[in-house]
Amino acid sequence: MPTVAPLDLDGHCIAAAWLGSVPAFAMADGLVHRLDNGHRTTEAHDGLLAAVPSLDGKTLITGGEDGRVCVLSADGAIREIAHLGRKWVTALAAGPRDAVAYASGRVAHVRLPDGSVKEFAHPRTVEGLAFAPKGMRIAVARYNGATLHFPAAAGKPVELEWAGAHTAATFSPDGNFLVTAMQENALHGWKLADGKHMRMAGYPAKVKSMSWAPKGRWLASSGAPAAICWPFLTKDGPIGKAPVELGTRGDAMVTCVAFHTTDEILAIGYADGMVLGARVADQKEILLRRAGNGAITSLVWDGEGQRIAFGSEAGDCGVIDVAG
Amino acid sequence: MAQAQPQIPVTVLTGYLGSGKTTLLNRILTEDHGKRYAVIVNEFGEIGIDNDLIVESDEEIYEMNNGCICCTVRGDLIRTVEGLMRRPGRFDAILVETTGLADPAPVAQTFFMDEDVRSKTKLDAVVALVDAKHLPLRLKDSKEAEDQIAFADVIVLNKTDLVNEQELRDVEAAVRAINPSARIHKTQRSGVDLKEVLDRGAFDLQRALDNDPHFLDADDHHHDHDHECGPDCGHDHHHHHDHDHDHGHHHHHGVSPIHDVGVTSISLRGGDMDPKKFFPWLEKTTQIDGPNILRLKGIIAIKDDPERYVVQGVHMILEGDHQRAWKEGEKRESRLVFIGRELDVERLKRTFEACQA
Repeated sequence: MPTVAPLDLDGHCIAAAWLGSVPAFAMADGLVHRLDNGHRTTEAHDGLLAAVPSLDGKTLITGGEDGRVCVLSADGAIREIAHLGRKWVTALAAGPRDAVAYASGRVAHVRLPDGSVKEFAHPRTVEGLAFAPKGMRIAVARYNGATLHFPAAAGKPVELEWAGAHTAATFSPDGNFLVTAMQENALHGWKLADGKHMRMAGYPAKVKSMSWAPKGRWLASSGAPAAICWPFLTKDGPIGKAPVELGTRGDAMVTCVAFHTTDEILAIGYADGMVLGARVADQKEILLRRAGNGAITSLVWDGEGQRIAFGSEAGDCGVIDVAG
Repeated sequence: MAQAQPQIPVTVLTGYLGSGKTTLLNRILTEDHGKRYAVIVNEFGEIGIDNDLIVESDEEIYEMNNGCICCTVRGDLIRTVEGLMRRPGRFDAILVETTGLADPAPVAQTFFMDEDVRSKTKLDAVVALVDAKHLPLRLKDSKEAEDQIAFADVIVLNKTDLVNEQELRDVEAAVRAINPSARIHKTQRSGVDLKEVLDRGAFDLQRALDNDPHFLDADDHHHDHDHECGPDCGHDHHHHHDHDHDHGHHHHHGVSPIHDVGVTSISLRGGDMDPKKFFPWLEKTTQIDGPNILRLKGIIAIKDDPERYVVQGVHMILEGDHQRAWKEGEKRESRLVFIGRELDVERLKRTFEACQA
């Protein structure tokens, strides 16, 4: 039986994370809480807007209302890597070899592994950032499409156009597809080899959370009363195919999804705080956490795929041990 | 389950550069009015106050893929309001300052069209600052100045000390010609009583009517809404209470001596409405004319219904509700005001009247 170790905090959880084996919870008030032989707290920002783990899973990168970008280690040490004045740092992404992308307003900044910083100005606001899995390449989600930059090289950016506002971006694990979430309750995808479009629409709400299955065969998404999983089983991705729905409920929307590290098992968080696990193969479900005080905002599996750190809008966070 | 968070009221402040917006903003941020405001500005610029709750945000218009202007929202506001609302408890209300060139419709629509924003906040009122001296020029050279007035619930006619009485009368007539239903406050140095600007509940139909018993009084457009209440105002108030009794349908075309209006208002009056005709008509009208309708407001008498039905809209977005019982002795009648561009007066009048029971 799965067991839940609750951690009741104040305010909105922006992101849960694992720093090595230490669960961490980055809250909107700027505090990062860690469960490291007891409850420990670090003040990262005056107002925290975004947080993502580094690719090696050892640190948490945070951006704040105070215009700072910081890196937090498992021991609570905090290091400022950028300061943009009074501007909000609204989007972050972690890249290979400790590269970090961060955005404020219309400018995306990329801090390369050697510590140098490249700036990319755009005509419109940078809404979302993502690193490609291979090579030093970033995608910027923006109004009317996405832009790809190669920060380590001098090449021209690649513009991917699709009318409407794109608010988040993610590359498929093989780097063949870029998918964006849109203001208008839809996902949009591009097959990068030929620029072919994929429209993934029909959501009753905005998609706030996306997660790729371990080998990239599925892309799970929130924004409906079920987790919507688009098949990327062939070279054309989901073009002309219907998605699989997991964890369908009549009374609550899915707000967060996270695929297991090695298996095609999805953790699904709902607007009422419930967390289910569901297997793609047979759509079998297991209750991981009963409903709580607020919508699930973050779900993260640990490196072993045994435990899930979760956070909610209302601050009722915790750790689920799936095996119990 | 979570306790429902109260929706945070949002005041939108529009007005051209030099109309006195920054002065008013600074007053709102410093005067003791019992509320803490988070302020979203386009540029920190001249606000001489350092405050964590002042957030800079680039105005960013997001049109939807379907191209419908009624679905156009402000992307920056969605982002900033969401960010602010993740840390509630720091402020009681939000104020959005727009640039002089801003189109107020997407600002207002953001608070109706975006589910996340709508669930946490509610539009309180659109306040337009107007520079009495420069308005005639502004109206000549920009559509935005007209739109801002058309959209407003409260109009602060500022810098009245820079014009003579005749000029002031002309400017006021121009404002009224565009928007007959807004409250007008004549001031100097943005010296309007903050109570008249903040926490108005103009989009809350119940409160809009409570605050403004003359809401849509078609035969009383120039009534005592108009206060002259600057701090250095030494004038008598009585001469603003003269009422202008002209009846019937008002098409405010060409009543302004200084402004050949693109935006007009149409006031329609009728008796009891047949709900089977009226509601489909209203739906259809807002579907067809939505892009040209900036605001609409109405009080409707529905046949065999003891309660007044109130309705308001922004472009194609419609909201309506029962308000209260018709009082004894109160004349049951339906009144509907459209403010917009290129509205076909004859068609609207004819089709509205055809909905009568």
